[in-house]
Amino acid sequence: MTASSDPIPGLPPDSGVGQVDYSLLRRQHLVEKAAGAFLLVCAAVSIFTTIGIVVILLSEALQFFSTESVVDFLTGTKWTALFQHDQSFGVLALVSATVMVTLIAMLVAMPTGLMSAIFLSEYASERTRSVLKPILELLAGIPTIIYGYFALTFVTPEIIQRIFPGASIYNVLSAGLAVGVMITPLITSLSEDAIRAVPRSMREGAYAMGATKFEVATRVIVPAALSGIVASFILAASRAVGETMIVALAAGSRAQLATDPLQSAQTMTGYVIQVVSGDVVRGTNVYYSLYAVGLLLFIMTLGLNIFSHWFVRRFREEYE
Amino acid sequence: MSALQRDAAPTVEQLSANKQLRRRQGLARIWSGIFFLATAFAVAALAMLAWYIISRGWGYLSWNLLTNPASRRPERSGLYIAIYGTLWIISLTILISFPMGVAAAIYLEEYAPRNRWTRMLQINISNLAGVPSVVYGLLGLGIFVEWLSMGRIVLAGALTMALLSLPVIIISTSEALKAVPWSLRESAYGVGATRWQVTASHVLPAAVPAILTGAILAVSRASGETAPLLVAGAAGFVTRKPDSFDDSYTTIPIQLYNWMSRPQKEFLDLAAAGIIVLMGLLILLNSVAIVLRQYYGRKARW
Repeated sequence: MTASSDPIPGLPPDSGVGQVDYSLLRRQHLVEKAAGAFLLVCAAVSIFTTIGIVVILLSEALQFFSTESVVDFLTGTKWTALFQHDQSFGVLALVSATVMVTLIAMLVAMPTGLMSAIFLSEYASERTRSVLKPILELLAGIPTIIYGYFALTFVTPEIIQRIFPGASIYNVLSAGLAVGVMITPLITSLSEDAIRAVPRSMREGAYAMGATKFEVATRVIVPAALSGIVASFILAASRAVGETMIVALAAGSRAQLATDPLQSAQTMTGYVIQVVSGDVVRGTNVYYSLYAVGLLLFIMTLGLNIFSHWFVRRFREEYE
Repeated sequence: MSALQRDAAPTVEQLSANKQLRRRQGLARIWSGIFFLATAFAVAALAMLAWYIISRGWGYLSWNLLTNPASRRPERSGLYIAIYGTLWIISLTILISFPMGVAAAIYLEEYAPRNRWTRMLQINISNLAGVPSVVYGLLGLGIFVEWLSMGRIVLAGALTMALLSLPVIIISTSEALKAVPWSLRESAYGVGATRWQVTASHVLPAAVPAILTGAILAVSRASGETAPLLVAGAAGFVTRKPDSFDDSYTTIPIQLYNWMSRPQKEFLDLAAAGIIVLMGLLILLNSVAIVLRQYYGRKARW
């Protein structure tokens, strides 16, 4: 329905000019409002996801802590959750294995990842980069279950047991090495981003003073990009902590304080997999222990991620 | 420089006669070799992995692997049911997470005011992307399987995977939208278009290739995940293929985990063949992403 406005001087009335189709405007306005509301709701779903994670982890973990002591959980070193008698929930046993796997992984991934990043950005030609970067991305995209299989069936028998005949079939070293290879591309790509952000002028100034490529890389570039590099390390460590399938397959399920990397151990994530692989009945304290361990895992990885973001913000050098 | 200056200038050899300089240059040469070796190590690890898997699983690669259901006998065991489950999960996950993820990213990039709340929302999404997948599995188990009493059905698994993929899709779509130049939006606003008209008719078509690529990569990553679905209830031994969203199911990675957990060598060889199938599926999905990007990239010229 069109509504005519007052006649415009100079133009005949009912000529079609100056007439506004209010219904179209009204419809468009409704569409605008509806679209905006729909989009907002979708964005809000992400908040609900976070709330959901926190709520479910907390509520089920609280059920766990209604029968088990928090202090014993956090400080105990005996984890015999699946025993019928003498059930003990000292999570440090699991945490020690997680920490050991992460340490081994970082020992592998930090030098390899950083040096690869330096090579890719400072030494490699455009053509070499265009070949190597997709390969590294492929490495990052391989499902972790494949790494776990490789660790269990190749790394352990062919490599570890050849060098250390006393190593067991399931051992922390094998899982740690595999996790290290898995997180190396993450360090490489994030460190490379940080290195590329260093302005060319800094490099050229150092070259002009007669520095060798190695000196430029270690004394100019890495210090300049250090905040991003360290952040990449922290994020990689967070990934290693949360890694599940590699440790489930290769590290074993012996839930004791991890002291020997050549023996088996059970990480926090490995415990979750072991429990759900069996018959887990809702309402038992084994079921609730899943969420207690999950809550600890969530807090640890969230803490590392937040720390890495804070670190970048605090120490980043802006040069431009 | 003049001929006189050139002849008088020290040659590289004369400069390098300096002992300290020679040491530094030698060090630089050694280190460039070490940096190269570090990169080569990663590539070599990938090559070793690929060679080992292919050589181990080659014997079990056959059409039967794709058409047989799982069985107690390795020579008769196949991925038929698992493939069905994986396809179900992928389809439902895309259906749930893609529209919501793209919509959330559109809100964040085109509609949201630049204030503290929006910033918090973005930080929240970034944190969610870093949560371990096994925690998403616990979320799925606690809320969908138990609290909403769905049981261990396809829908519960797909919802879990959708929540897992959502942050990644949001982030990649945001990047795609950010890459659309402002001039495109301003030209549309300039002729009186409303915000939704600008977004739907101008920004989105320009960003479609990157959005699709990001979404397919997110889903292909999710289809290789084992832990969340193990926790949220996929079974290890399913006898019938899932025909509806409320059937029990298994997926390819979970079936592989089942085989890998057995001591018999034959099942481990079978698992290697299954890995080849899984990688084939992922390569197929990634190729679809690349092809779509080429196709839509040609149409969206700006």
